Amino acid sequence: MANQSQTKAASGQPSRWTPYLVGVGIGVLSWIVFVVVANPIGITTSIGQIAGGVMSPIIGSEAVSTNSYWKTNVMKLDYGTLFLIGTFLGALASSLISRTFVIETIPTVWLERFGPSKAKRYSAAIVGGALAMYGARMAGGCTSGNGISQGLQLAAVGWTFLMVMFTSGLITAAIVFRTGQTK
Amino acid sequence: MFPIKGEAALVLAVVFGFAFGWLLHRGKVTSYNVIVNQFRFRDFTVLKVMMTAIIVGGVGVLILKDVGLAKLHIRDANMLGTIVGAAIFGVGMVLYGYCPGTGVAAVATGSVHALVGVLGMLIGAVLYAFSFSWVKANILSVWALGKVTLPQLWGVSPWVLYGALAVGAGLLFYWVEKQKI
Repeated sequence: MANQSQTKAASGQPSRWTPYLVGVGIGVLSWIVFVVVANPIGITTSIGQIAGGVMSPIIGSEAVSTNSYWKTNVMKLDYGTLFLIGTFLGALASSLISRTFVIETIPTVWLERFGPSKAKRYSAAIVGGALAMYGARMAGGCTSGNGISQGLQLAAVGWTFLMVMFTSGLITAAIVFRTGQTK
Repeated sequence: MFPIKGEAALVLAVVFGFAFGWLLHRGKVTSYNVIVNQFRFRDFTVLKVMMTAIIVGGVGVLILKDVGLAKLHIRDANMLGTIVGAAIFGVGMVLYGYCPGTGVAAVATGSVHALVGVLGMLIGAVLYAFSFSWVKANILSVWALGKVTLPQLWGVSPWVLYGALAVGAGLLFYWVEKQKI
């Protein structure tokens, strides 16, 4: 596998579907999960549980099991965790079958703005990942569980999340990618 | 017959997750460039996927609910927590370049920086667990509306809202396609 810091231009590849078709697919998948398992699509609940499992050998299982959050969010191979594993496997299969699997360390948009430093990109990924996860847990879900699954039910929590998240992202992008800055 | 519980549901979890991950990759939202460029208005893939999923999914789920095949799963609207959390999330999503679901899916497509971000997500989850007691008492309890929907809050039919969403999304996508973004 070539170590490539630039992503291939994916548009126009037959392996990729129009975003509308993908949206319809996620919509229809939502119908199915609401009826068949009564369990809407979501991601971050299981990541919160897994974090407890990861911390167990570090701070001790006692400290984890008495934590006010992990007490009711125990790491186990439940529906949400297996859905998360499935999500990983599905993306893996799709990228392998379509031959678009590629090792990417620095994406092009980042490279153009911040240059080829891996340390910079990885630091932003860690801080960004931590903020996204913390925010998602406080808000009651992420783009999937809150934005799509609550949004499609017209839940107040889902649409509040979508509006604020998008506004916050626009402001952040305007600051981070403002023009006239050197690398 | 439905909903299916127990071990059969656990097998289905992998199947449904697989479909979701497959769709995310086919839709290009496992790409950092695609997600970040949405927030720079240079690529509207993310909004196209999300709005289509919300409208198609929402109309179908509402019909399934009306005929008694499905129940709604509305979460509590803890407004302060949702607003503060979503604001933090937006900053994180642009810095990371992924949301949690697309980040995990991106790792499976070879993105090393997405994998590094998963470590960040675990750190964020740990910090949340450690601060949960305080957050619950001081943030989640403020302006807590319960399991409420916009049709309930505004006293309008959900069909009116889906109709408005469809028209709004249709106009946006018509304009976006004309600009070829």
